[in-house]
Amino acid sequence: MRVKRFIPLAAFALLALLLFKGLSIDPTALPAARLGQPFPDFSQPELMTEEIIGASALRPRPALVNVWATWCYSCRVEHPYLLTLAEQGVPIYGLNYKDDSEKARQWLAELGDPYRLNIADGDGTVGLDLGVYGAPETYVLGPDGVILHRHVGVLDEAVFERDISQWFTTSARVAQAGSVEGGE
Amino acid sequence: MIPEIGHLALIIAFVFAMGLAVIPMWGAMRGNSAAMNLAPTLALGVLVFVSIAFGMLAISFLNDDFSVAVVAANSNSLLPAIFKFSALWGNHEGSLLLWVLILSGWMAAVSWFSQGLPSVMVARVLSVMGMIAIGFLAFSLLTSNPFERLLPNIPLDGNDLNPLLQDPGLIIHPPLLYMGYVGLSVPFAFAIAALLGGRLDASWARWSRPWTNVAWGFLSLGIMLGSWWAYYELGWGGWWFWDPVENASFMPWLMGTALVHSLAVTEKRGVFRAWTVLLAIFAFSLSLLGTFLVRSGVLTSVHAFASDPERGLFILIFLALVIGGSLLLYALRAPTVASRINYTVVSRESLLMVNNLVFTVSTIIVLLGTLFPLVMDAFSLGKYSVGPPYFNAVFVPLMALVMPFMAIGPLSRWREDSAARWLHELLVPGAAVVVFALAVPLLFGGPFNVWIAMAVLLSGWVVMGVLKDLWRRLGAGSGYGLRWQALTPSFLGMAMAHLGFAAVVMGAVVVTQLNEERDLLMEVGDVELLGGYRFELTGLSRQAGPNYMADQAVFEVTQGDKIIATLVPEKRRYFASGQMMTEAAIDASIWRDLYIALGEPIEAGAWAVRLQFKPMVRWLWLGGAFIGFGALVTVADRRYRRQSARHTATVAEATGLAS
Repeated sequence: MRVKRFIPLAAFALLALLLFKGLSIDPTALPAARLGQPFPDFSQPELMTEEIIGASALRPRPALVNVWATWCYSCRVEHPYLLTLAEQGVPIYGLNYKDDSEKARQWLAELGDPYRLNIADGDGTVGLDLGVYGAPETYVLGPDGVILHRHVGVLDEAVFERDISQWFTTSARVAQAGSVEGGE
Repeated sequence: MIPEIGHLALIIAFVFAMGLAVIPMWGAMRGNSAAMNLAPTLALGVLVFVSIAFGMLAISFLNDDFSVAVVAANSNSLLPAIFKFSALWGNHEGSLLLWVLILSGWMAAVSWFSQGLPSVMVARVLSVMGMIAIGFLAFSLLTSNPFERLLPNIPLDGNDLNPLLQDPGLIIHPPLLYMGYVGLSVPFAFAIAALLGGRLDASWARWSRPWTNVAWGFLSLGIMLGSWWAYYELGWGGWWFWDPVENASFMPWLMGTALVHSLAVTEKRGVFRAWTVLLAIFAFSLSLLGTFLVRSGVLTSVHAFASDPERGLFILIFLALVIGGSLLLYALRAPTVASRINYTVVSRESLLMVNNLVFTVSTIIVLLGTLFPLVMDAFSLGKYSVGPPYFNAVFVPLMALVMPFMAIGPLSRWREDSAARWLHELLVPGAAVVVFALAVPLLFGGPFNVWIAMAVLLSGWVVMGVLKDLWRRLGAGSGYGLRWQALTPSFLGMAMAHLGFAAVVMGAVVVTQLNEERDLLMEVGDVELLGGYRFELTGLSRQAGPNYMADQAVFEVTQGDKIIATLVPEKRRYFASGQMMTEAAIDASIWRDLYIALGEPIEAGAWAVRLQFKPMVRWLWLGGAFIGFGALVTVADRRYRRQSARHTATVAEATGLAS
C-alpha cells in the first residue's frame, strides 16, 4: 500500500531528469547528422503550380529554405523580413509545413510572396526528413545543395547578420537581385 | 538612488521571508505560540518591502531612468505613461517581481482572513508560503536583478516595449494570470500544512476551498484575457494556439478544475482526501513548471522571455526542492487508511470522480504534448513538434466526454442515488435539448452542421442541468412560493461557471465551423460582400501616433440600407524598434464579430486586406468571464465566512462579525 504513495514522487523525478537534460540541449541546434548533408530529396507538389518538384528544383543557390505555415503566428511576425530579404535578392524557398494549401495561397496573396517556390508539405514528410522541430525554421542551403546552417524561430535582421549573412556576400546579393525576373 | 532603494528593499524582503519560513515553522514544531504568532507580522513585512521594491521599479520606468538595464531594454521616452508602467512586467525581471508581489499579497490575505483558524495551521501555511517566497526572491536577486544598472554608458533612450505588448489587454492580463498562478500556492500551502500536522480532515478542505476558488477564478479570467488579446492583437483572428506558454497557464487551470471539484467532495463527505492533497500539490507544481518552461528556454515559443540556462537551472533546483519535497512528504504522511465513508457507483461522489479523471487526463495530455518535443530531443530521436492537430484531436473528445456528467452532477445526491431518479429529473429537459440540437443548426443557414448540433446538444444539456437545479432549489411548482434563500452564493457561482463552460463550448464550435474569411487586394472604392455584410474601402490615410506611424484604411460596413460600422484597421510602424504591427479593426457583437486586418501595401493605393466574419466568437470570452466570476462569487458563501470566526462560532456570531 505504502509504495503506491511514492508513484507521484517517482514520476516527478523522471520529469525533473528530463527537464535537466532539456537545459543542456539547445532546442535550436540542428541534429549533427543533418549538417553538411544534402537537402533530403522529396517529391511534392509546388504550392502555386501544383507540379511535382524535387530537391533539384531548389536553384539558384546558396539559398534559404524557410519552414512556415499559416497556423504559425511567429511566421507572420517573420514574414515582412523575408520580403525584405527577397527584395535584396536572397533566394528563399518555402516549405509549407503541415498546412492547408488553399490557406497558404491566401496568406501569400495577402502578405506578399517572398518565395521563389514553395514545397507543399501538407503531411509533413519533407519536414520529418529534414528534422523540422516546428515553424518557423530557416535552413541555409550551400551552393552545392548541402545544409550549412539551421535557425529555429523567427528570422530577423539581427539573426541574419550574425549567423547567416556570411553565406550571402553583399555583391552576391546585389548580383542575384539583378538576375531576378520582374514578374510576381 | 531609487533603484538602489528598490534593491535594498528586495534584500530586506528576502530576510523577512527567511524569518517567515523558519520561525513560525519552528514554533509549530515546538508548540511555541510566540513564534507561531509572528507569522502574520513577518508576512506583512515581506509584503511591505516587496511593495517598496515594486514601487521603486515603477518609478524608474515612469521617470525613464535608462540607466536601469530593464528600463532601457523595455521602455522608451515616447511610450505613453500607462505602457511605461505595464512595461514593468513585460519582461522577465519585472514580471518576476510582480510574481513575488502577488505572492506576498496572498500571504497577507491569508493572515488577514485566517484569524479564526488554529494558530498552528496559520503558522505552517504562512511558513510554507514564506519558503516559496524565499525561492522566488533569491531567483530575482541572484539571477534576474531588476535593478541592475547600465553604468557608465547610460543609453540616451530605451529600446521600447515590444509593440505587441503595447495594449490595454496586456496591462491587466499578466497580473490576473499571476493572481491565479500564485494563488494556487495557498491551497498548496494548506495541503502541506495539513500533511505536516497529520490532520487531513473536512475542515482542512473547507479552509482551502475558498482560496482555491478565488485563485482558479483569477486564472480563468487571466487565460480568457490572454486569448482575447491574441485574437485582436496578433491580427489574424485566432484565439487559441496550443503554444507552450499558453499550455503553461492552461495546465494549472485544468488541474485546478479537478481540485475545485475534488475539494467539494472532501469537504462534504470526507472522501478523496489523499487524492485532493495530491491535486493541490500538482496544481501549484504545474504553475511552477509553467514558470520553468517559460523562463528557461527549453522549449521555443514566441512568448518566451529572454532566457538563459543559468536561470533554468535555478528554477529547476527550486522545482526539485518544492515539488520533490512536497511529494516526498505526501508519500510519507498521506492517509493510508481507506476512509470508512462509503458511497455507491450511482452518486454525486462518482460523478465528481469522473470530472477529476477527465481533467487529470486532460492535464496529462497537454503536458505530454508540451513536453514531447523535449523528450524526443533528450533521447536524440530527432526534433518534433506536435502542434494543434494533436491537442485538438485528444482534447475535444475529452471535453465532450465530461459534459454529459456536468448536467447530472449538481442534481445528484451524495452517497447513493438512482439512475431512475436522474432519468425522472432530466427526461423532459433531455428531450428538449435533442429538439434544440436538431433545430438550432438550421438557424445558421447553409447545410446542416453536425458539429454545431453536437455542441448545442452538449451545451444545452449542461444548461438544462443548471436550470433544472435552479427550478428544484427554488421549489417552483411546490405551491409554497419560491425559496430565494436557497440560492446560496456557492450555488450561484457553480451555476455561472457551468453556464460559462457551455458558452465557451458553443462559441468555440460555432466560430470554428462557420468562420468566413477572405483575403483580398482592395483599392479605395472597392466593395466586398461577406457574411451578409457589405464592406467598402472608402479611404486611406496616414496618421502619426505617439511612438509610431500608422497607415489607416477606412471601411464602411453596411447591411442592406443600415450602416453597421465604420472600421479603421491600421498598419503601424514603431519608431524605436522599426517593428510593424497590424492593428485589426473589429465590430463586435454578441452574435458575430466583423474583423478587418490590413496586410501589406501591394501596389500604389492597393492593400492586401483580410476580412473575417466570426459568428459567436464573443461567447468564448463571455463564457470565460462567467467561469471566472462564478468562481469568485462562491466565496461570498456564508459557511466560508464562518471560518474566519472562532471555529466554535455559531452562525449568528459569524454574521455579526461579517457585517
